[in-house]
Amino acid sequence: MTSARDFEKRVLPHLHAAFNLARWLVHDDHVAEDMVQDAYLRAYRYFASLREGDARPWLLGIVRNNCFTWLEEQRLTPGQVELDDELIDTLKAPEHGQGMDPGAILDQEQTRKRVDDAIRALAPPFREVVVLRELEGMSYAEIAQIAAIPIGTVMSRLSRARSELKGALAGLWRNQ
Amino acid sequence: MNEDDDHELSGLIRAHATRYQASPALETAIQTEIALQSASARRPVSSSPWRWPVWGYAGVGFACGIVVSAIMMLVAGQYRDAGNLEGELTNSHVRALMANHLTDVASSDNHTVKPWFQGKLSYSPPVPDLAAQGFPLVGGRLDYLSSRAVAALVYRHNDHLINVFVWPDSGDSPKTQSVRQGYNLIQWREGGMQYWAVSDVNASELLTLSNLLH
Repeated sequence: MTSARDFEKRVLPHLHAAFNLARWLVHDDHVAEDMVQDAYLRAYRYFASLREGDARPWLLGIVRNNCFTWLEEQRLTPGQVELDDELIDTLKAPEHGQGMDPGAILDQEQTRKRVDDAIRALAPPFREVVVLRELEGMSYAEIAQIAAIPIGTVMSRLSRARSELKGALAGLWRNQ
Repeated sequence: MNEDDDHELSGLIRAHATRYQASPALETAIQTEIALQSASARRPVSSSPWRWPVWGYAGVGFACGIVVSAIMMLVAGQYRDAGNLEGELTNSHVRALMANHLTDVASSDNHTVKPWFQGKLSYSPPVPDLAAQGFPLVGGRLDYLSSRAVAALVYRHNDHLINVFVWPDSGDSPKTQSVRQGYNLIQWREGGMQYWAVSDVNASELLTLSNLLH
């Protein structure tokens, strides 16, 4: 009877995926939280329109629309939010790999930073397909649904993103 | 060849790129928002729409009689509500949901909510953490009832919000349940405090919460 409980069961489990996508797109924890919270409210309002469909691409579609709207607003009125990525990189202690040898931890951290930086350097439409494909494991069809683009465009964006990443990560992705 | 490269690149990204995790605070905020939205969507209506009867002149006189008595009942009802603590509590519960002013201090941490009341009230209401029992704390609010400031604690149960009003009172009294405008209420006195729990959650679940609060 209560659709709210149904909503929590079907949509809330995708919170981490929603936040990961938003965080990668807007580069700021607080903005990403706002984007996700607003997306959930919209999703709840239009929950009836989902019917029996898969909630994950549906929710992520709302999240990415919010993020691209925000990015567009930033482009028109820049400088309102300071991106906190750099700050986080300097503050974040390596929490994984306790007890590992310091050299290995450093390697791990450096690899993480290079990979993150390379993805971050992609333009949002390309970053979006990389995050959805590689980090969220979504299919081409699902990505096409989320970004509201043809599957062919998903594939060409992914291919261009990959060639940019290969250039940026040269030396890293070989000889792993 | 190129596909092998893609494969390796995918492996590198999957192994090393940061996966950002939503904070528990974000999850709580979203759950509370949903509970609020859902509470306002299913708010019980106190009066049903009244239709003008179509059975001719005789009916008009009759209808006028009905209108007059309906107005009198409505006025009397409001009068009764105004002078009635249960009505006041229910109105406060509904107002808190409607006005989007549910909490003055929004926190699921009872160690944040309890000290917040200090300095705002001359007493310190007990603020237990009941998340493990299915009633996460949403926050606290200062409310004004029967010419005094009272503590309102807000708990959530699934998609229902519950207001628990607490103020000092002497004597112990057992729990009594009532229904007002479609909302369930439970009242009791214990440990120098009077408690009122108000919600649209069903009566047995509200009783469960009141037993957890003692």
